[in-house]
Amino acid sequence: MLDALVQLVEMLVVLLFAPLLVGYVRKVKALLVGRRGPPLLQPYRDLLRLLRKEVVLAHSASWVFRVTPYLVFAATWVAAALVPTFATGLLFSYAADMIAIVALLGSARFMLALAGLDVGTSFGGIGSSREMMIASLAEPAMLMVVFTLSLLAGSTQLSSIAAFMQGDVGLRVSLALALLALGMVAIAENGRIPVDNPATHLELTMVHEAMILEYSGRHLAMIELASHIKLLLYLSIIGCVFAPWHIAVSGQGSTAYLTGLVVYVGKLAAGGFLLAVFETAIAKMRVFRYSDFLGAALMLGLLATLLRFVSRVT
Amino acid sequence: MSPNDPLMTSLALDVAHLFAGGLVVVSFMLLYQDRMTAVINIFALHALVVSLSVAWQAAIQDAPHLYITAAIALVVKAVVIPLALHRIVMRLGIHRTIEPVVGTGLTMLAGIGLVALSIMVMLPITQQAGTLAREDLSFALSVILLGLLLMISRRNAVSQVIGFMSIENGLILAATAAKGMPLVVEISVAFSILVALIVIGIFLFRIRERFETVTSTCSTSTAGNSRERHLAAAGSGPRCRAACADRR
Repeated sequence: MLDALVQLVEMLVVLLFAPLLVGYVRKVKALLVGRRGPPLLQPYRDLLRLLRKEVVLAHSASWVFRVTPYLVFAATWVAAALVPTFATGLLFSYAADMIAIVALLGSARFMLALAGLDVGTSFGGIGSSREMMIASLAEPAMLMVVFTLSLLAGSTQLSSIAAFMQGDVGLRVSLALALLALGMVAIAENGRIPVDNPATHLELTMVHEAMILEYSGRHLAMIELASHIKLLLYLSIIGCVFAPWHIAVSGQGSTAYLTGLVVYVGKLAAGGFLLAVFETAIAKMRVFRYSDFLGAALMLGLLATLLRFVSRVT
Repeated sequence: MSPNDPLMTSLALDVAHLFAGGLVVVSFMLLYQDRMTAVINIFALHALVVSLSVAWQAAIQDAPHLYITAAIALVVKAVVIPLALHRIVMRLGIHRTIEPVVGTGLTMLAGIGLVALSIMVMLPITQQAGTLAREDLSFALSVILLGLLLMISRRNAVSQVIGFMSIENGLILAATAAKGMPLVVEISVAFSILVALIVIGIFLFRIRERFETVTSTCSTSTAGNSRERHLAAAGSGPRCRAACADRR
C-alpha cells in the first residue's frame, strides 16, 4: 500500500519537476552568458499554450504520426517511474529493471523516428536517420554501463543498485568510468550541446527538432514534455547511482521521505547547474564526429566492464 | 594514518587503483585526439596523473624516495617536455595535423583489445603478488601497450615521440607498484628521457631540413602540394621525392 503511494507521488514529482528543471537549466545558461533569461516557469507556460492550440496535420500524415506523441510520452513516463528518485522500493521496480528502462526509451525513440519519416519531409528523414545513428552507438554504451553496475551490485534493478551504492562501496575505477560513459550517453540522448543544440530549430545539424518539425498543438506539447522528462530521468539515474545519499528506503518514516525529496531537489539543481556550465563551455560538434564521441562513451563502458574484473573483489 | 587501519588501507588501495586506471583512460585520450597541441596537453595530463600516482604510492608505502620520482615526473614530463614540444610543433608548423594511419574508432577498438590482453596476461602470472601490485602491473602493461599502439598508429614523428614517452610513464607505474627500481635507476631513466627528447628534437629539425617533412612516409596531406612542387623544383630529398613520386 505504502509502496503504491510512494510510486504515485514519485510519478507526479517527475511529471511536475521536469519542466522546472528545463527552465532552470535555460535560466542558468542565460545567466552564464550575461543574459537575463526566461522565467523559471516558462516551460509550463509553453506547454499550457501548446495544449490550448489547434493541431495542424500534414495531408500525408498517417495514424502513426497522430499516435506517436502519446506513445512517446507514455513510454518515457513509465521509464521515469522506474527510477528511484527520492525513495527506493517503488511498486513498479519489482516488475522491470534497468534494461527495461533502456528498452522503453529505445521504443520511444523508434516511434519518434517513424513519425519523422511518416510525413515524408526531407528534414524529418534527416532527423530520423541521425537519431538512429546516435542511438546505434548510445544504446550499446548505455547497456555496458548497466552491465558494469549490475556486475558490481549483483542486480539489474535500480532500487537494489541504489541500495548497494548506499553501502560501503569505496572508490572504484569501473564506477568512475561508468559515470563518464553515462554522462556522455545522457548528453547524446537528450540532444544537449556537443551533440545537438536544444535551443534552436533552425540549424542544419539539428536532430531532435528536425524529427518533430511537423508537430503542433497538443502533439508537440506531449513530445516536449516527454523530452523534459527524459532529461530528468537521466539526471535521476546518475543521482541515484552515483550520489545515492538520503534516498529513503521503504519502511522508513515520513521524515526520511521528506529529507529524500529535499535532497533530491538539491541533486537535480546541482546536476542541472553542471549541465549548464558544461554546455556553455563547449562548442557544438560536427555531425561526423558523433561516432567518435559516442564511440568513446562505448569504449569507456567496455573499459569499465573490463576493469571490473581487475578490481578488488569484496 | 596508521597502515593497519583496515578502512584506510582499503581506501588507500582504491585511490591508488583510481590513479592507475585514470592513467589508462588518459592513454586512451591520447589516442582519441585529433590536434597536435591537444595531444601534447593530454600528454602533460598523463605525466601529471603518473606523478600523482607515484606520490600517492610514496605516501602509502612510506617510501620517501618515491616523492623525488614524482617531482621529476611532474617537473620534467608535465612541464618542461610539453613546453618544448609545443615550441617544436609551432616552429615546424604542424600543430593542427595528426596523420593517423587508421581511423580513431579502429585504433580505440585495438586499444580495448590490448587492455583486455594485458589483463588476461597479467592476472594469472601475478597470483602470488599483493593486490596493489597485480592491479597496477596489469594497468602498467596496458599503458605500455597503448603507448606502442600510439607510436605505430601515427605517421607524425612528434606523436611517435609522445607515444614513446607515455610508454616510459607506464614503466614508472610498474616500477612503483612493484616496490622496486632504485632511485639511481629512476633518475637516470628520467634524464635519458630528457636527453632523448633533445636528440629527437634535433633530429626532427634535421629530418625536416633534409626531407622537408616530418611525416615518416612523406604523406601529402598538409600543404603538401606546394611542398611537393617545391621539392620537385629544388630536387632535394632523394628518398622523399621517390616516395612522393610513387604516390603520384
